[in-house]
Amino acid sequence: MADRLFSTFVFASAALVVSLMLWVLADVVIEGTAHFSWHFLFAEPADAGRAGGIGSILVSTLWILLIALLVALPLGLGVAIWLAEFTGKPSRFAPFPARNTGMTLDILAGVPSIVYGLFGNAFFSIYLGLGFSILSGGLTLACMILPVFIRTCESGLRAVNDDWRRGALALGMTQTAAIWHILLPAARPAIIAGLVLGIGRATAETAALIFTSGYVDRMPGSLLDSGRALAVHIYDLSMNVTGGDGAAYASALVLVVLIIVLNTLAQSLVDSWFKRRLAA
Amino acid sequence: MKTLHPPYTLGHIEEGTPCCVPQPHLRVQDLSVRYGTKTVLSQVSLDIYKGCITALIGPSGCGKTSFISTLNKLIELNDHAEVSGRIEFDGQDLLRDPIDELRLRRRVGMIFQKPNPFPLSIWRNLDLPLKEHGVRDRQLRGQKIEQALRDVGLWDEVSDRLDSSALALSGGQQQRLCIARALVLEPEILLMDEPCSALDPLASAVVEELILRLRGRYTVVIVTHNLAQARRVANYAAFFWMTERVGKLIEFGRCQHLFESPGHELTAAYISGARG
Repeated sequence: MADRLFSTFVFASAALVVSLMLWVLADVVIEGTAHFSWHFLFAEPADAGRAGGIGSILVSTLWILLIALLVALPLGLGVAIWLAEFTGKPSRFAPFPARNTGMTLDILAGVPSIVYGLFGNAFFSIYLGLGFSILSGGLTLACMILPVFIRTCESGLRAVNDDWRRGALALGMTQTAAIWHILLPAARPAIIAGLVLGIGRATAETAALIFTSGYVDRMPGSLLDSGRALAVHIYDLSMNVTGGDGAAYASALVLVVLIIVLNTLAQSLVDSWFKRRLAA
Repeated sequence: MKTLHPPYTLGHIEEGTPCCVPQPHLRVQDLSVRYGTKTVLSQVSLDIYKGCITALIGPSGCGKTSFISTLNKLIELNDHAEVSGRIEFDGQDLLRDPIDELRLRRRVGMIFQKPNPFPLSIWRNLDLPLKEHGVRDRQLRGQKIEQALRDVGLWDEVSDRLDSSALALSGGQQQRLCIARALVLEPEILLMDEPCSALDPLASAVVEELILRLRGRYTVVIVTHNLAQARRVANYAAFFWMTERVGKLIEFGRCQHLFESPGHELTAAYISGARG
């Protein structure tokens, strides 16, 4: 009886959550396709986004993402490697910088994105003088996705079989070689997971970008120009622009597809890169 | 096994007889190992003879693994380990003189209890260490890899699937691959930490036979809990025992001698299976 009840609960929860997701997705797809056209994808927005398209907004979004990933990826991997390979087992006896870095990252991972937005505005836009720009926005996003990315990669590296570490060192290989050729490829699933989480979070981010990359919906001329990200555009259309719902839906559809495409792309890129390392 | 390259060959050695040249390859003097405040090994002195197989026997926890990890300095991975004494190798004291550890570990290879092939292809498992040690010539690497795989009797079994994952091999094949991976670097000494204990009896017999074939060509130090195996393969044997929770070397000598007329009552008791 209890068994029956429990499995009913499990299946019901799954059904409830999945159907909610499907509902949202179906809504976006149905309403979005009604307003979507290839012209919409490439044209500049007009009349506050009610007319025209999202060409310039897509370009800004991709630039912001590119900057965020280019900064976060190497930096995050570096910190993850340091934590996992150079600071020993996590414990309260761990050396002081490692213990504090880990804890700090966990707290930062939970900080609301609006706080990152305010920090980015104060630090990148004002203090470093980057103003409202794609660069400020990208760097702010990098700060935002770093904690989760680092922790995911770190736990992936820590989960790698210790025998391989000892084996590599016993063969007179340097620690660098062991990390580069064996440990990182072995931690591939975690690195991909961290990347996917990061891309998803960064692409869908609004609050952190409003105060850093700004609102301007023109085609950006350089990285120091302000540029409106897709998520900001959706927010603006649905909250501030009457009659913008159709465009908002179409933009949301594009955003969903963009995230799927980027994740697939990132996954296959990282995968094939590592596969080459493993086999070559 | 005629194809073995002979850099460290001391001539063929008949089974059961001690080495023809009892010349120390490694001299260990007063070696003690501590982890923090806990002493695991105290005042061990013994010579490891060139081209011979030296078996380290004794109950678990008496410091045998710590002992062999000092010989390639892999013990330094443990931050709390403190090693004192002298280990003489090639005119240098491994513990005091500045040692290029990467070079040392190329000359002193190690095989672990659990086979640990890298999650790479069979070929790359051997190719990677060679590349890391600066063997740039691709063709030369190919020759060395084939030779090493032949030496461990794996070539015929895997030559048609060198590009498939090493993790798909059976346990015994994996362990032989690990031995090949050590041999491909042309070491002088091989340290083996219970190389057969994770294998089934058949695979274990194959690896044991391989170890026997290494005799005379490489200096081998093998930790084993299998007394019959020690007796079958080793020229020299060292018996470790724990007294007051500290590992000590009780007796060291020719293997046959140690097993047939042990000089210490603890040894006698251990090999007759009465204790430990």
